[in-house]
Amino acid sequence: MPLHTACHAWHVAHHGRMVDFAGWDMPVQYSSIVAEHQAVRTAAGLFDIAHMGRLKFSGPDATKFLDQLVTNDVAGLELGQIRYGLVTNEQGGILDDVLVYRFADFHLLVVNASNRLKILAWIEQHRAKFQVTVEDLTASQFMFALQGPRALELMQPLVDVDLAGMKYYVGAPAIVQGVPGLVSRTGYTGEDGCEVIVPVAVALRLWETLIERGAAAGLLAAGLGCRDTLRLEAAMPLYGHELNETIDPLTAGLAFGVKLNAKDFIGRAALVAIKANPKPLRRVGLELAGKRIAREGAVVFSGDREIGNVTSGTFSPTLQKSIAMAYVAADQSTVGTEVTVDIRGSREAAKVVKLPFYKRSQVQV
Amino acid sequence: MDPHSLKYAGTDEWVSLDGEIATIGISDFAIQALTDLVFIELPGAGKKLEAGKPFGVVESVKAASDMYSPVSGEVVESNVRIVDDLGVLSTDPFGDGWLLKVKVAAGKLPDGLMDRAAYEKHWAAREH
Repeated sequence: MPLHTACHAWHVAHHGRMVDFAGWDMPVQYSSIVAEHQAVRTAAGLFDIAHMGRLKFSGPDATKFLDQLVTNDVAGLELGQIRYGLVTNEQGGILDDVLVYRFADFHLLVVNASNRLKILAWIEQHRAKFQVTVEDLTASQFMFALQGPRALELMQPLVDVDLAGMKYYVGAPAIVQGVPGLVSRTGYTGEDGCEVIVPVAVALRLWETLIERGAAAGLLAAGLGCRDTLRLEAAMPLYGHELNETIDPLTAGLAFGVKLNAKDFIGRAALVAIKANPKPLRRVGLELAGKRIAREGAVVFSGDREIGNVTSGTFSPTLQKSIAMAYVAADQSTVGTEVTVDIRGSREAAKVVKLPFYKRSQVQV
Repeated sequence: MDPHSLKYAGTDEWVSLDGEIATIGISDFAIQALTDLVFIELPGAGKKLEAGKPFGVVESVKAASDMYSPVSGEVVESNVRIVDDLGVLSTDPFGDGWLLKVKVAAGKLPDGLMDRAAYEKHWAAREH
């Protein structure tokens, strides 16, 4: 029996093309991936992301415990601050990529839907020495993302916190349409915007309010299809594609989320060793000469030498080019390197380009 | 062309025969399901096709799909215009969005193709 978010019936009624995603029946698109993608880049898109796992940590050892689990510095978080980090195993392999939020009485850990049960089990395995309470809020709370240049102005009338005054990667408890929730200036699209958590009971009313009020501004309901094309343009990794248990955060190019000197954590020793002796593999961006899409698994060549594999690829609606992310041999990873990609038996020309593929022009911080 | 006068393959290609020349395209249902087309590859004139075998690829943001020839014969013309304007496939899949004209060796369509009513049932029975 697939899991349903609180807005599932709305998605079905509005022609959402529903697919199974990590056990959840989720909309891939309502109209077209490209139309929804453009709405996010030019106006606003509303995403149901209630499938993401939301875990609440409280108790005297919550910070210490999270610092054990996560590669980034949790103790150093200021009130309301949010950090990206990884959960790694003893070998430094990535179990998940997460966001850690610090609030006054608790921390929130947002994990991938596909990894929620694995991370819950990992927590159970490591919590014995800590005085910590872990609550899974995934079923009782709804979560949506409102993303795009018009997102904050559309959200602002519905919350009692000043969104424009909130820095990027900061969150706060807020009254959302009269109900207590959490609002954060975060997202997974490369666009400005916010993510909001509210009790499931008010989810549909809030969703419909935003759809109705946003229509004139060009807001569209947006599915997982454009969530993928948007994050790919922004070069954000996706678990199961760029990240898995055989890849470590340093090789994945995520050193900014790893604080080797701040504290100890599970996997730290392995990562210290990898840092001293880096793996001969790099995550790179590829831009293809033609329009064909280099999809996950496609082999990358330099001449006749096999140098790596594509992890994600799409046709970028913003750049109007076929783009991909890949792991390739470190000696072939310099920007400008000419390579070919085997797409269904045909060698297509491509070159290594700088990441991200897309960066919004005005980064508001 | 009138979609009701065409024959359809189970793999979503349509075909119409005029004398010994068959015109081949992709069904409206398939185009709608693909959405967000980015690329199409068609064989050039002179290429020999075999019924039921792939003749080209159509790619959308979501997936790459092979297209299968409903007939055996030789390509006499491919619609180069759509390669640079895939939008025509969505707006006029049975007219300007045709893909190939093929000289059919047998001079008739093979057995096993569906009429519109049968194809609509076939489509509805599949999961999309």
